[in-house]
Amino acid sequence: MRGRPELYTSYAQDMAFLNTRPKRIASGALLIVALLLPFMITDDLLQLLATGFVAAIGAIGLNIVTGYAGQVSLGHAFFLAIGAYTGAALSGNPNGRVIGFGITSLPIWLLASGLVAALFGVLVAPLAVRLRGLYLAIVTLGLVFLGDHVFREWTELTGGPGVGRPAAVPELFGVRLDRNSAFLTGPQQLYLLMFVLLVIFGVLARNLVRSRIGRAFAAVRDRDLAASVIGVDLTKYKVLAFAISSFYAGVAGALLFVVNGFFDPGSFSLLLSVQYIAMVLIGGAGTISGAIMGALFITLLPRITRELPAVLPFISGDATGNFTVFQLEAVLYGVLLIVFLIVEPRGLFGIWVRVRNYWRTWPFSY
Amino acid sequence: MGEFLQSLVRGLGTGSIYSLLALGFVIIYKSTQVISFAQPAFMLAGAVLVSYLAPVTGFFGAVAVAAVIIAFLALGVERTVLRPMVGKPVFVVAIITIGVDVVVRVVTNAFIGLEVRQVGDPWGLSTVTFLGVDVQSRYLVMFGTTAVVTVALFAFFQYSRVGLAMRAVAYDQEVALAQGISVGSVFALSWALAGGLAALAGVFVATGAGVDQQLWIVALKALPAIILGGLESLGGAVIGGLAVGVIESLVGTYQGSFAPWLGPNFALVAPYALMLLVLLVRPYGLFGKREVERL
Repeated sequence: MRGRPELYTSYAQDMAFLNTRPKRIASGALLIVALLLPFMITDDLLQLLATGFVAAIGAIGLNIVTGYAGQVSLGHAFFLAIGAYTGAALSGNPNGRVIGFGITSLPIWLLASGLVAALFGVLVAPLAVRLRGLYLAIVTLGLVFLGDHVFREWTELTGGPGVGRPAAVPELFGVRLDRNSAFLTGPQQLYLLMFVLLVIFGVLARNLVRSRIGRAFAAVRDRDLAASVIGVDLTKYKVLAFAISSFYAGVAGALLFVVNGFFDPGSFSLLLSVQYIAMVLIGGAGTISGAIMGALFITLLPRITRELPAVLPFISGDATGNFTVFQLEAVLYGVLLIVFLIVEPRGLFGIWVRVRNYWRTWPFSY
Repeated sequence: MGEFLQSLVRGLGTGSIYSLLALGFVIIYKSTQVISFAQPAFMLAGAVLVSYLAPVTGFFGAVAVAAVIIAFLALGVERTVLRPMVGKPVFVVAIITIGVDVVVRVVTNAFIGLEVRQVGDPWGLSTVTFLGVDVQSRYLVMFGTTAVVTVALFAFFQYSRVGLAMRAVAYDQEVALAQGISVGSVFALSWALAGGLAALAGVFVATGAGVDQQLWIVALKALPAIILGGLESLGGAVIGGLAVGVIESLVGTYQGSFAPWLGPNFALVAPYALMLLVLLVRPYGLFGKREVERL
C-alpha cells in the first residue's frame, strides 16, 4: 500500500476518523495553531473566539437534528436557554438575589445542563414523530415563544427582563477559570477551556454520525418512510436526535454566557434560533466542520462589520447615524443567508470541497 | 356580559388581521409549498408606506397605493430571490425567506426611526355602541373589511380563470403545466397577493397605536393560525386567524382572575399554547389535508 494513500482495503479504513494523510496533517496543524493562539493575540479577540467555540458546540447540536436527521428545528434557542439557566442556577450563589445551589464544579453543572436540556428534547420529540417538515418548524418556533414567556415571568430564576442574572461559574478543581491565575489571564484560560470542550464534543459528534446511529439519521432525513420500511425505528431515532441535539444545546447554553458573566431572559428570542440556523446553513448542513466554520463566521461577523466604518466613510460607527453598523450587520445576516443558499447550498464546507478538488487535480480541471 | 362582548369584538378585530396574514401564508404555501417568513416584513413595510403616503393622498388612497406597491415588491422578491430556488428543499427556501424578511425589515426600520409613526386613519381609538356595549370602531372596520376581502378572494379562486389556474397549480404543478398554465406566473401572482394582504393587515395593526419597529412581531401570530387551520386550507386560515384573535383576547381578559399563576402577558403566547394542544390531537390542523404517502 506504500505510495497509494487513498487505496482502502477495508471499510474500517474508509470510515476512519481521519481517513487521509492530508486530513491528519491539517488537523494536527490546526490543533497546534489553536493552542498557540492564546499567546499571540489580544484578550478581547480571545473572548470572541471562545464565544465562537461555544456557539460551535451549539451549532453542532442543531446540525445533528436538522442537518443529519432532517428534523427542522427553529427551537434551538429554547434548549440553549434551558441549559443556560440550569448551569447558572446550579453554580449560582446560594445567598444571592436569584436561585442558586452553589455547586460550582464545572463538570457537574455542565453535564447537568446538558442532561436537563436533553430531557426537554425528549419531551418535545413526540411532536416530531407526529409532525413533519414545516409543521414541525413552526411548532418548535412556538416553543421559543412559550419559553421566552416563562423565562420573562420566572424572575426568581432569571432575574427578569432587563435585569438578568450572573452566568454559570467556571470552576475546575477549585480554580476559577475566569480570573487571572499565576500563569495565564482569565480570557486565555476560558479560550483554552472552550477549545478543549469543542474538540471533545466535535470528536464525539463526528464519531456519532459515522456510526450506525448516524446512518439511521441520514436514512430518516433522506426519506423517513423508506427508512422505516428497511427497519429504522422512526420514533426511536427521532427522539434520539432531539435528545442529543438538545444535550449539545444545553452544554452550549450553559457556557455561552460564561465569557460575559451575565445574561438576561431577552437573549433567547427567535433571533437566536435564526442565528444558529444561519450558522448551520452558512457553514454547511450535515457536516461537523461546517457547523464549526459557520459558528465562527457568524460570531466574528459583528467584529468585522465594526471595522467597516474606518474603510467606508458613509457608514456611521455610532447608533445615531443614517446608516449604522448595526443595521449593516443585520442586513449582512440576511444577504449572506440568501446568497449562500442560492449560490452555494453546501455552505462554507462546499466552498472548501471545491477548492480542495481544484488543487487535488491541478493543473487539470478533472 | 358586556366585558365578554367587548373582549369578543376586540378578538374578532385583531383576529381578522391574523386572518389576512394567514391567507397570504396559505396562498403562497398552496402554490409553492413554502412558508414565507417574509410576510412580517411586508406587513411592516405596508404600514410604513401608508404612514408616508397618507398626508399626500389621504388615508384610503394611501392604503390602495401601498397595497399595490407592496404586492409588486413581493413579486420582485419572488422573481429575483425565490425563482432560482424552485425545486430545492422547501426548508432551504423557507430560510431564504427569513433572510428576505431581515433585509426588508432593516431597510424599513431605517424609515421608521425611533419615534412612532401614525398612519392617519380616520378611526383612531374612537368607540361606537354595538349591541349595547362600547367597542372601538376600528375593530368593526377590520372585521368588515376582512369579510369583504375574504369573500372577494374566494370568488376569485372559484370563478375566475386565473383563480382556476391557481387552484390547478396547487393541485398538481406538472399536470397544470401540461394544460398550458404558466406555473411561474402563478407563483409570482400568489406572492403579489400575499404581499398586498400583508400590507392591508399592516395598516390595520397600525391603526390606533401607530407604527414602530416592534410591529412585525404581530405577524408571527398568523403562524399558529395557519397551523390551527391546516396549511392547505384557505377557509382554515380565516377561521384559524379569528380563533387566535378571540383566544388571545379572551385569555387577556379573564386569565388574570382565573389563572394568575401563568403570569401577566400570557395572552401574547396563548395562541402558541393552543397550537401545540391542537397539533397533538390533529397533526394536520383542523382543516388540513392528511398526506397520503407512497414510497
